[in-house]
Amino acid sequence: MGKTIAEKIFDFHRVDAPSDEIQVIRLDAVFCHEITTPTAILDLVSRGKDRVFDPSRIKAVIDHVTPAKDSKTALQGKILRDWARRHNIKDFFDIGRNGVCHAIFPEKGFVRPGYTIIMGDSHTCTHGAFGAFAAGVGTTDLEVGILKGVCAFHTPRTIRINIVGRPPSGVYSKDIILSIIQRLGVNGATNRVIEFDGPAVQAMSMEGRMTLCNMAVEAGATCGICRPDETTVAYLWEFIKNEFESPRAALAAYGAFRPDADAVYDAVIAHDVSELEPLTTFGYKPDQVKTVREMQGVPIDQVYIGSCTNGRLEDLRAAADVLRGRKISDRVRGIVSPATPDIFRQAMNEGILEVFMQAGFCVTNPTCGACLGMSNGVLAEGEVCASTTNRNFNGRMGRGGMVHLMSPATAAASAVAGFIANSPLYKP
Amino acid sequence: MKAFGGKILFLNRSDINTDEIIPAKYLTDISKEVLQPYLFEDLKIEGFNPKTDLRNVGVVVTRANFGCGSSREHAPWALEANGIHLVIAQSFARIFRQNMFNCGMMAVELPASTIDHLFDAYSASGASLQTDWENRCFLIQSKAGIEKIAFTVSKYDRSLVEAGGWVEYADANY
Repeated sequence: MGKTIAEKIFDFHRVDAPSDEIQVIRLDAVFCHEITTPTAILDLVSRGKDRVFDPSRIKAVIDHVTPAKDSKTALQGKILRDWARRHNIKDFFDIGRNGVCHAIFPEKGFVRPGYTIIMGDSHTCTHGAFGAFAAGVGTTDLEVGILKGVCAFHTPRTIRINIVGRPPSGVYSKDIILSIIQRLGVNGATNRVIEFDGPAVQAMSMEGRMTLCNMAVEAGATCGICRPDETTVAYLWEFIKNEFESPRAALAAYGAFRPDADAVYDAVIAHDVSELEPLTTFGYKPDQVKTVREMQGVPIDQVYIGSCTNGRLEDLRAAADVLRGRKISDRVRGIVSPATPDIFRQAMNEGILEVFMQAGFCVTNPTCGACLGMSNGVLAEGEVCASTTNRNFNGRMGRGGMVHLMSPATAAASAVAGFIANSPLYKP
Repeated sequence: MKAFGGKILFLNRSDINTDEIIPAKYLTDISKEVLQPYLFEDLKIEGFNPKTDLRNVGVVVTRANFGCGSSREHAPWALEANGIHLVIAQSFARIFRQNMFNCGMMAVELPASTIDHLFDAYSASGASLQTDWENRCFLIQSKAGIEKIAFTVSKYDRSLVEAGGWVEYADANY
């Protein structure tokens, strides 16, 4: 009987199976940020177990509130910083070098096909784009991961989604994942891995695949995962060129993490995107999705372009293509946060930041801040934000605020219009 | 092992997310206890007032997909800080459920029909619940008397609860 990608990864990493349903796996990497890690660190200290299983496999970043906004967030940063120094964690990214965790860690080459990764952050599923099993966990799982390098999971069961058809111009990976969440519902994939496959995924850049996998958790999935292919190898080549003779050899080795043709799935879904329109959310759940056409004209107060979902260079380019030579509406506050310093620098060198600034956007440093209403663009009661982030929960970007999720192109077009609007890039 | 019982709070909605359980703005605290006053602060359900309705509550009964959204363990901690160690629902989001058992607390799934029955029979008049750990059943006490509701918890989840959580379990086993 054939195996899914997740089953193959578990076979390589299993250290124990305490019951039929539960497998304890060895971790290739434990990612940490300053919101969920300090409590784990303090608990380890209080237990007299202030140790790390392998400092080279722990990667840490201050990203949620940076620069610190108050004494409390300064203390969270300090606890993480002091801990990284104390344990000689070399891959620690502090201000000036820090970026949104799920953008900076792949960019540094820390994610490889077949890896097992946990982080105290639900959008850790992003890293499945590389053919890795990557899952968000709570602080206790993180704490044990830091100490022992293991984590327990249910034996993986997989839903396979074959994405077929070529999306129309101006329809992006973000629109595709919103359409999938709409189809599955917010708990349609709970306790399941989603394997995203098919020609539309094969045609996607790594950035597009990361956007896709990033929001798998919004359908309840443990991890979104894409088979490693030429695109994966090309992205990783600068990091792996000493490990393999050629990209072809790397691709052959990563074949160990491609699904078997006779793998057994919980469900196999064909999802045709050839006539997909740009989408946006309404309401407070990410499965409440309508076409931008249906939502056209809904007034907005703020536009936010950034986050682990859509703060990468490809996203900023798409938004800049819409904004070039245009000004955003007087009634709209535009905020763009390139997700990492490298993305920021590249956007600066390409003149993209200039386009944003000419259009009237505020360009901020890389941070998660506004997405979860912690800093850098919190909404007032009754305000509406067109956002490229991943959650539209009630109060998410600020108490009493409303969030409409959409692609960077739609967000940029909405900023110009002053209301939700389709971008001129959309050509059905 | 923690105590699993007390007055039941009924939350009649599916998909209650972690931002509704504890808003992100409170995640900047590094102590669990300070979360106590903010549990369910942004949860909007008709007839529910977090300021008054959490008093003496020990158990939450709710619908499907409770705890969806973020990975924040602050959600179980905020429940724990209010003396709530047991949530009973039709289903849970994965991370929330795991976090509960990792903290030595319980997230127990019951069939939709049983959840419907609990809402129908007790949500209006009020009831309290005790856990008979040996016999795997909940004893629900109301004016009408005592009702037994059987539940299952896997051997592995039971061992986490008995160990006091995943840190203790992993330390003993790995």
